[in-house]
This record gives sequence, C-alpha cells and structure tokens, in this order.
Amino acid sequence: MIICRRLGFLPTRMHIASYVVDMKDEAWLYLEDGTSVKGSSFGSRTKRGGEIVFTTAMNGYPESLTDPSYKGQILVITHPLVGNYGIPKSIADKGILENFESEGIKAEGLVVSEVTVGSKWNSNTSLGRWMEDSDVPGISGVDTRALTKKIRERGVMNGIISPREYNAAEDLKEDYGGINFVEKVSVKEPVVYEGGGRGRVVVVDLGIKHGILNEVRRRGYDIVRVPYDSNAEKIMSYEPSGILYSNGPGNPNLLSEQVIELKKLMEHNVPILGICLGQQLVTLALGGRVRKMAFGHRAVNKAVVNHIDGRAYITTHNHGYASYAEDLPDGVERWFSSPDDGVVEGVRCNNIITTQFHPESRPGANDTGFVFDAFARMIKNGKA
Amino acid sequence: MERPRKVLLVGSGAIKIAEAAEFDYSGSQALKALREEGIETVLVNPNVATVQTGYEMADKIYMLPVSADSVEKVVERERPDAIMIGFGGQSALNVGVDLSSNGSLERCGVRLLGTPIRGIEKALSREKFKEEMERIGIDTPPSMVANSKEEAISHAAELDYPIILRVSFNLGGRGSIIANSPEELEAGLDKAFAQSRTGEILMEKHLKGWKEIEYEVVRDSYGNCVVTACIENLDPMGVHTGESVAVTPAQTLDNHEYQLMRSTAIRVAEAIELVGECNVQFALDPKSYKFYVIETNPRMSRSSALASKATGYPLAYVSAKLALGYKIYDVKNTVSKATTACFEPSLDYITIKMPRWDLDKFEGVNESLGTEMKSIGEVMGIGRSFEEAMQKAARMLEIGEPGIVGGYIYNSEMSLEAAEEALKKRRPYWFLYAAKAFKEGGTVEHLNKITGVAPFFLEKIKDLVSFYERIDKNGMDRKDEETARKLGFSGKQLGRKVQAPFVKQMDTLAGEWPAKANYLYMTQNASEDDLTGEEAKNGLLVLGAGCFRIGTSVEFDWSAISLVRSAGKTYDVTLANCNPETVSTDWDVVDRLYFEELNSESIINICMKSGIRKVALFAAGQTGNNIAMELESSGVEIFGSGARKIESAENRESFSRLCERLEIKQPEWANAGSAIEAKRFADSYGFPILVRPSFVLSGSAMKIAWNIDELTNYIEKAARISGKHPVVVSRYIDDAIEADLDCAADSNSIIGVAMEHVEEAGVHSGDATLLYPAENLPKEKMKEAALRLVGEMGIRGPFNIQFVIDRNEPLVIELNMRASRSMPFASKSTGINLIKYAFDGIEGRYGWSGFNEPKGRAHSVKSAQFSWSQLRGAYPSLGPEMRSTGEVASFGKNANDALLKSWLSVAPNRLPRSKILIYGSSDTAALKRAAEKLRGFDLCTLEGASVDNLHSISLDEAVHMLKGGKIDLVVTNGNMMEKDYAIRRTAADINLPMILNGRLADRVLGAFSEKKLTYLELSEYLAGYE
Repeated sequence: MIICRRLGFLPTRMHIASYVVDMKDEAWLYLEDGTSVKGSSFGSRTKRGGEIVFTTAMNGYPESLTDPSYKGQILVITHPLVGNYGIPKSIADKGILENFESEGIKAEGLVVSEVTVGSKWNSNTSLGRWMEDSDVPGISGVDTRALTKKIRERGVMNGIISPREYNAAEDLKEDYGGINFVEKVSVKEPVVYEGGGRGRVVVVDLGIKHGILNEVRRRGYDIVRVPYDSNAEKIMSYEPSGILYSNGPGNPNLLSEQVIELKKLMEHNVPILGICLGQQLVTLALGGRVRKMAFGHRAVNKAVVNHIDGRAYITTHNHGYASYAEDLPDGVERWFSSPDDGVVEGVRCNNIITTQFHPESRPGANDTGFVFDAFARMIKNGKA
Repeated sequence: MERPRKVLLVGSGAIKIAEAAEFDYSGSQALKALREEGIETVLVNPNVATVQTGYEMADKIYMLPVSADSVEKVVERERPDAIMIGFGGQSALNVGVDLSSNGSLERCGVRLLGTPIRGIEKALSREKFKEEMERIGIDTPPSMVANSKEEAISHAAELDYPIILRVSFNLGGRGSIIANSPEELEAGLDKAFAQSRTGEILMEKHLKGWKEIEYEVVRDSYGNCVVTACIENLDPMGVHTGESVAVTPAQTLDNHEYQLMRSTAIRVAEAIELVGECNVQFALDPKSYKFYVIETNPRMSRSSALASKATGYPLAYVSAKLALGYKIYDVKNTVSKATTACFEPSLDYITIKMPRWDLDKFEGVNESLGTEMKSIGEVMGIGRSFEEAMQKAARMLEIGEPGIVGGYIYNSEMSLEAAEEALKKRRPYWFLYAAKAFKEGGTVEHLNKITGVAPFFLEKIKDLVSFYERIDKNGMDRKDEETARKLGFSGKQLGRKVQAPFVKQMDTLAGEWPAKANYLYMTQNASEDDLTGEEAKNGLLVLGAGCFRIGTSVEFDWSAISLVRSAGKTYDVTLANCNPETVSTDWDVVDRLYFEELNSESIINICMKSGIRKVALFAAGQTGNNIAMELESSGVEIFGSGARKIESAENRESFSRLCERLEIKQPEWANAGSAIEAKRFADSYGFPILVRPSFVLSGSAMKIAWNIDELTNYIEKAARISGKHPVVVSRYIDDAIEADLDCAADSNSIIGVAMEHVEEAGVHSGDATLLYPAENLPKEKMKEAALRLVGEMGIRGPFNIQFVIDRNEPLVIELNMRASRSMPFASKSTGINLIKYAFDGIEGRYGWSGFNEPKGRAHSVKSAQFSWSQLRGAYPSLGPEMRSTGEVASFGKNANDALLKSWLSVAPNRLPRSKILIYGSSDTAALKRAAEKLRGFDLCTLEGASVDNLHSISLDEAVHMLKGGKIDLVVTNGNMMEKDYAIRRTAADINLPMILNGRLADRVLGAFSEKKLTYLELSEYLAGYE
C-alpha cells in the first residue's frame, strides 16, 4: 500500500495506486484541501493546474476534453474506464468540426480510474497518445468516486497534476476564479461560416462548442463568429437576423462589460439565444441574479421540465453557477427548470430565449434540438 | 387519469428457460407500487415458490394457470377495474392480448393499464413491427415473411445465406434457427412453423459478427421518455441475448452511435405508444455507424430486471406508477431519495452478467449456444475494472472456476486448437476457453474472427492471462499483489490472504449528489469506503442462494425474503446475493444489500466491513451449507444449526451411522470410497443401487446403477464431485412411495408438513408431483423419526427429511439442514410460513412440545415445469437427477381438482382433444390403468413398447403423426432413449404435452374426467371448501 500525504495536519484515507511499476510512470494529484493522490501518469508528463471538476458522462470523452468550457479545469471522469474506443480523426465540414467541440484539448488535465487502449474502426490514436501529443497530463489509478464526493462537498477547488512528488501548497493558492478563461478560448478575429443564406447569425464566442455552430448552420444560417469582447455596435454592424451567446468557461460575474454590451443589443430587438454561460449573461443583463451552486450540474443524464407544456427532457449540463426562480426579474418567464433542485434551466422574455443546459448535447442526448428550431422560428417571425 | 380501485396483475407462471424469477421481481415491485396507492391487488400466478404469491404482496391470490381461460374466470369473479399484463413476461402479455381480442376485457369493463393493445401488437408481430419501423424511417434487417415452406425456400434465394428464421410471439428465441445452407433451412422449417402461433415465420438476413446492443426505455403517458440503461452484449448477434455475457454500461460505444441508437429507441417506444418500460434491441456494425433495430419487448423482461439491478433504477416500480398515470418526474428516485425518476442513471462501476448453463444434466442436448436460450440462471459481477467484474462473475457462477484464469480448463491439457474449436462451436463459458487459448498462444485477431467478441474485451482477457502467467512463473511482489487485487483475483485464487476490498454504494448518479443508497458492492479499485465502518447494531447477514441452477431457484429466494421479514423486527438485516433476477436483490426489501459473491472469503469481508457477527445460511440452499465450516472457523456465528450439525447431516456416512444409533430405519447402505467396496455391497443386495455423494444439491451425480459397469463409473464420478467427502451406496427400493417432510425446529419441538410424491422413488424429488395432504403415508412413524433426529442433533431452524416408504415403513434417505425446495409449497398449502417458525425456533422456544402438524384444509398439488423444448436435442425423461426448471401449484376441493389445474398450469400442458399416444418400457401396468380410465379419447400405442389392447403404430408413423399435429398428448414412462428418442424429441420440439411417468399418468388421466374445476382464491381453499 502506498501511503499518501496530506498537506495539512489531518491524515487522509485517500490512497491510490496504479498497475505499473516503473517510477517514471507515477503521477500526483494535489488538491487545495490538502489531499494528495498518487497514481499513474498518462498523456503528457507535465505539471498543470486548474479547478478540479467532474463529469458523470459515461462516454464522449473526445467531446468533453475539447469543450472550451473546460478551459482552466482539470476534468475527473467518474466512469472507471476511459479511452475504450480511442480517438477518431477530426472531421470538419467547411470549418465546423463534426466530432470534436474545438480544435484541440481544452481541459488542463484528466483524472480517471483506468485509462484504456481503445480500439474501434475509426480510431486514429489512443487517448493517452492524443493527450501526450497535445501536451495535456493525465493521472489514472484514482478512486474517482472518492474524489467526486470530495469535490461535491467542497465545491470547486484547485488541483494540480504533477509528474513528480512536490510541495504544491504555493501553486494551489492560484485564484482561477479571477482568471478570464473566456479570453483564452474565444476567437481573436471574426470567422465567417457560409450556411444556406437564410439569414445571418452572429455568434458571440465565449468558448463555443462546434456542436452549437453545427446546429445553427444546419438550419440554413450563415454564421459570423465574433470575439467575446466585440461591442454591440460591432455586432450590429453585421446586420444579424439573430444573435447567439455561447457557452464558455468560468465565472459569469467577471464578464460585466459583456453584460453591458448585451443590454445594448437587447434594445435592437434582434432575436437572441443564450446557451449555458450565455443564459447567465442574459439573466444578468435582464437584471436577474446568478449564484454559485451548492452542487453543480455535471452530467449528461439530467432532466429539465418545460413549464409551458409539462414535458420533460434529458439534457447535458455543465454548470456550477445558476439562477433560481426568485433570481429572475419580473417579465422574465421560466422556460425550463430542473425537477431535482429547481434550478432555472431556461428562460424566455420577448424575443430572447436561453437554456442553461446544452441543447447541442455532444456528449449527451439529442432530445432538445427544438431549442434551435425555436430560435429559427423567432428569426423568421421576429418573435418567440 | 382516474385511479383504479382494484387491479388484476397477471404473473408469469412456472420458471422455465427464458421466463425466470425476473418476473417475480418485477411483479412484486408492481404490486408494491399499487399497494402504496391504496389500490386493491388481485394476482393470478400458479408459481407457488414466488415471493409475489404471498399476502405480504397481493391482496388476493389465484393459483391458476396463466391462460386466457382462467384469467377470464378470475376477472368475472373479482370484477377488477383494471388489469396489468406487463409484469408477467410473454405469458402474461399473450393472455392480455387474447382477453382483449376476444372482447372479455371490454365486456367486463376492465381497463388495460400501461401500453395499449394496438401498441403491443405492433411490437409482437414481426411483420407489423417491420411495417411500422419502415413507416417511421427506421431500418430493420432485410427480411421477408413466409407462410409456407415453399414460400420460405424461394425467399431464401433472394435474401442469401446465412439466414435466421424467427417465429412471431416467441419466447427465449424459441424457434429461431440459423440456416447457412438450403439443407439447413429445410431442416429448420418444420420446427419453426410448428412453434409459430400465427402460422408465419420471419426470415432475416443474419448479421454475423455484428454487435448486439440493448436499450431500456421508460415512457409515461404524456410522452416523456428516459433511457435508463444500455447493455452491450459481448457475444455478437446470433447468440441469444439470454446466453450472452453482457456488460452495463456499454463499453465500446462512442457518443455519436450511443445517441443515435438512443434516439431511435425512443422513436420505437413512441411508435408502440409505450406506457411503462420496453427494451429495444439493436445490431450494430462493428466497422461503421450502420445499425438495425431488431426488436422491442413492450413489457418488463429479463434485461429490464438486469438493467434495474445494474443501474439501481427500479424499472418495474416506476413502470407501474406510470401505468397509473403518473409523470416520470412525479415519481421519486427511490435510491437517491433526493431526485426524481426522470433521469438516466450514470454508473461509476461496471457490471457483467454471465449466464449459467446446466447442460450436462441432459442426455443428448446440443451444447452449442445459438439463437435459442438454454441457460438456467445468471449472475452479475460488479467492479471498478472490467477484469474485476469478470472474475467476480465467473466465481459467482459456482461452476468450480476461481475466476477467468487459473482454473480447471485453464490448467488442463487442452491444446490451442481444442480451445479454439470450443470457441468456434460456441460452447458455454467461452471466456474460459478464450483465456485458455491466449495462454496457449492464441491471438486477439484470430479469436475476434472466430468469436465475434470485440477486440477491446479480448485484449482485456489477454492482458489478464499475461499477468497471471507472469506471477505464476515469477511469484508476486507487493506491487503485483496490488495489481492482482485490482484485476479481481481472489485470495483463494492467489493462494494467500489479501487485503479486504472497499465498500461502495450504487447510487444511480455516480456520486454527483449525496444519496442514502443502501445498495452496495465491494471493489479493490478504490481507496476508501463509502460507508464508514459503523458497527451494525444487532446485525444479521442473510445469504441468498446466488445463481439459479437446476435445483436452486426462486423457492430459496422466497425463503430468504421470508427470513428477512421475520428477522427485520429484531435485527438490522443485511442481505448478500449475486443474482440479478431475484426479489432479494431488490435493495428496497432489506436494510442493506450487498450485491456480492457468496463464497466464504467474500462473506467474511462483508462481516468485517459492516461489523456483523451472525450469518444465516439456510436460505442459501446448498451454497450456504458448503461454506458453513469455513465461516465458523473464522469466527462467524452461524444463525441456527451450526457448522458441525450441518456437517453431520451432509456427510452421508456419519448421518447413516447416526440413524443406526437412533434405530431409525433407512435403506441398507454402505460407505463406498472405492469401487471394490461398492461391489461388495452389490454382491450382498443386488441391483439396482443408489450412488450418492455428499454435499450436493438436486441429485448432482446421484445415480441409480443397474449393473456393475454403471456402478464403477458412477462411483468414480461421485468421488470426484464429492471431494474429500464420503460417497455412500444404498439399496434402491423399487416402486416405492417417496415422501418429503418439511420442518422447522427449536432443537426439541417441531412444526412440519408431510407431502407425498405421486411418482415412485427414483424420480428426483424436485421433479416429482407433490400431494398435500398426503394420502398413503405412515405419518406418525415419520414424525417420530423426525423428533428423534431433532432431539439428537439439536436442530434449530429449517430442515427437510426425505423418506421412502417400504411396506408402510418410512425409511430415511436424507436430512437437509436448511430450507428446502418444497417449503413454499408446504407453507402455502397449510397457510403458515415455515421460515418464520424456523426463525422463531432459533430465537426461542415453541409453545408446544412434540410435533405440531398444522391442519390444512385445502387440497394442493405441486407440479414440476420442464423446459424440454428449449433444450434442443435433450432426451425428455425422469430419473434420480433433477431436470425440471420450475414448479407450480394449484389448490382444489379434492385432489383431482387440484392435480388437474396444477398439471394444466405447466407449459405446454393442455387438455387433449384428439389422439393420445400411450406406450412404455418394461412395466406398463400403471399406464394400462391410466388408459382404462380414459373414455371418449382416441388412444394408440407404440409397436415394441405397447400397452395392451390398444391400436399399435410404428415409430415412423408416430413421428409423422406428431409432426402433422395428429397427436395431442404423449404418455410414457422410463427411459428408452435408443427406442423412442425421436418421439419424445419431436414432441418437445413442437411443444406438445408429455407425461413421462406411469403413476403420474394414472393420476392425471384419471383427473381428466373431473367434471367441475374450481377457481377460487387461495384463502378460500385454506379456510376449507364446503
């Protein structure tokens, strides 16, 4: 048994080990609360820090790892085997990726119980090799359930994956909450994707998943993807028939300038769709509140109930901030909410619709593509 | 929707291959869901061994055949306002369809809850299903329907081989046949047509080597859908899903294909207007994203029970609520207790289901796995690595293998070619041959080619072999030992004591939310326990019986549940079991459930982890008794009769000596450690001789030797099975009555029920027809013997004694110090619960002395259910080795009333309308008596095995008439395989009733003239029928 050290004075019962004997395959995971876990290294043997978060999705690791919302975060996958079907070659259709959510791995690191060498007809490389090539570290041999429970109780905290045992206390003090990760993942210059010419949707890129771009273009729209810090004037200069505020990483309260620009845009009466971080910005712009949650939603198996017709849908969630019914200002209608904890999962207001969940899924169920249809209808009719 | 006041639930009847205890589990959950709502429940199910046929579950119980006819009678009598047909397997669904189409439901104003009939019919008729799928743009495998042989042959040319033949309304894939050539097609067509209820068969292109994937869909009446599980079969298409090793959640699917199939599954559910639960099966090309929908079952199924246990999502309970009109999100997630049922479980562990076969009990059976189900039971191994789950499951099967590697096959002399041949022929337990093949140098590529198992899984097995070979050669250092633990090696397998595993909860949410889940497993791939090792105050661990096999089935689950209920008032009860089909593995019925191995190593670990000192073994059947000694010697207290007492009864020699000392009569016997000793015995007493090993259940290796060669052969086999325990030979008493005495004792006094076998001694008691009350037994002498044994042995708890009656003298054959197979029958026949008395007898003293025989007023008969038709090639016959797979019982105003309904409750029995073929081996006296009792039937007999005074036909004629549907019932006796194999086998293949014993024939045929059968509720019979 390998005894693990806690940086504080309390002994920890977290003990992890790996199958492999070779010392150079060892890796350590250090957490802000003093937990230290020894495991096996895979992927790149570099040291990397970030907020530690988890997902309970049982597959879809290529999509998760390339999701820009995970920028600045170390991802823990709760399902014990990860990598089983390898990594496919990326397929793009006129600039939009079909099977990845962005051009490369965005998560800072990956924590799993077991990393496997996958095999599948369309596998191009293994998960470990892909991470190595992308310079992203991974650690395996970890009791991910124990770790998840810890994160669940503590809320988000800092973590470091290191190839060497060392005193990580200083590094763990880094305030990731204060870093603007949106800036790191947003495009620097506008990018245009030709669609069917049905109209033009300006996408404000807060860290957009290609799944969203794909859904919009599939409905016949040309897309202009603009940097997150584009102002209202710039956005309106494209004469958009609709505006989309995307998902993205980090704390919505750091984006007060974007909220101001969004408020200005709302005056133009152009249909707006907000997704995830996008919903949070819309809520703030409408004068509502967004709070940090006790237990974030980090799964692809969660229900939302539509308040208008009582229908329930299984959806993909990845958020640690949210609004509750009482956080919404007057005139803003709850569209969806979670039957489990009452979190507002979607709102409607004039010609603005938003979802806190990910209607594009990837990974997750394809049950809520109708959100994009509703957006398209708004564009066509000028209202919801 | 208006909530019904009274609901009739149709059960599934006897356990047969492909319809097993999963329906006791789902029916029980549904009854629970209804009772919670204050709805009165009426249950029709003749399966006496089930948990659901007890008043703890249902308000009214009708132990009648699961047929439209008898259910209709109950409907008329009870006038329920609704009926549920989705919880009793295909049998119940068929009854519902029949009652709907003949207008009975409408006439009686009974509403069908759940999926509507038009939806069910779309799912059940393959043609309608295909049409519907085409209409909504979902691909199904290229196929054509044939209504005649000629049509089938011409379709075959178009579809091209290999072709799979399927029958509508099928069960366990019965009648599904793969034809690789025109010759094979022609051979399969007769059987397929004979078994088709609709007279049509479906011919499909066979998707050889494609992956088989199954989704479980839940849908409410408002159209809300969740997909609660995705099960991936390791075996490819072509191996029945019930025969497949299956992993949950799916391991090799990427998000794209997982979601495509998931969305398709939901569209299928919408198409059949599902309300409740269905499974949807897919075939997925292993080399592209192409897939086909194969079928859907619009009801609870084996896979839905498995999915419930694998995920913790109680599908049957939720389905029942949805059938009452609830929305999914208005039903609570009863595991997490914090969230709703509207979610899709996430698993942070892996489960592997493995089937168990008992094919070696059946002469002539085809041992290759295919599209028909032959397995008898299943287990589910849970771990946090694939290897761990696999190795645990392999041990749970209790087939003597210590895991995937290092066992009997692994260490045998088998060559690579032989192992690969076994894989090609699809012998049961392919994973053992795969490991052997890797050990002998096989490659993943080649094994993938011959088995169709995905390389991902084969690589895992190969790695396991490499690791084992290395430690076997070089020994283990500490690091290796840790690796070995994580790979699921047990201490026994490694030959050393290993660190105990960690306890984890199965909470449906992978830890995302706090959950109070009491559903637990153990894993070595962890660093902490979910439950801190708080001492269970006054803890009692109850063992379930594990994997079902011939001789161990749902009756032991009834015992386990009965014990849990009795003990729950005094103890903090933990239950351990590993069988996903059962009620006892429903986390809702106990304080704490460990889904775990039942060997001593695992049980000791559970005790240690949860601070339990007392273990009750007796509900676990022989599995429990076999580990009593090891548990006791490691300091665990056995609840009830201790290990030494168990040993004294199990050890045939010591038990026989005890009987001698107590002057209790028994057949002449001798210890037979060797063939020479056995021969000496034969010289004194002559043949036939009964050969019996110790510590075995259901007559494994118990044989009747008719000559010296058989004797020598059996002694050797018995010695191998019995291990270090003695083998005993005894005089076989020909044509004698056999009896069972089922009892509970407090070490001094007894409560017990005597039952008489219809069949003579020599037919295994598990296959025999049991009569209550007994008609011809010297009961006082039997009770006297029982009291003497209890007094001497100090038995506390349940036990069973088997007697053979020789000239009105009861001779003791054996005593089983545990719950017995017949206890649910004995209990329900008398309106008591023997297990409750067993518990009371262990905890204190009875309020009487001597033998308390409850006064039952009802007549009841238990009949055995066989699965001959599923066991292709097997020769149907009765003998000292048990072969039945289930049982039923019915009650009556007299013995004939009960007997006939009981016999009719067994599939495929039905009253003959036309010709009966009746013939037998040497002794046809009973058959003759039977024949004479029949009036108004056309009888014929077989040349060379004839019954006097009947018209004789030749073997060929008989087979021809069978195939042409000209014979309605086959009545015979004995075993004359070389003579009449073709008759019995043909009858089995076309699903024809057979009576295989003279005495039974005499009774059943005599009962055919019973004018008025009664259709009353159980308590009415128990109160005394006037």
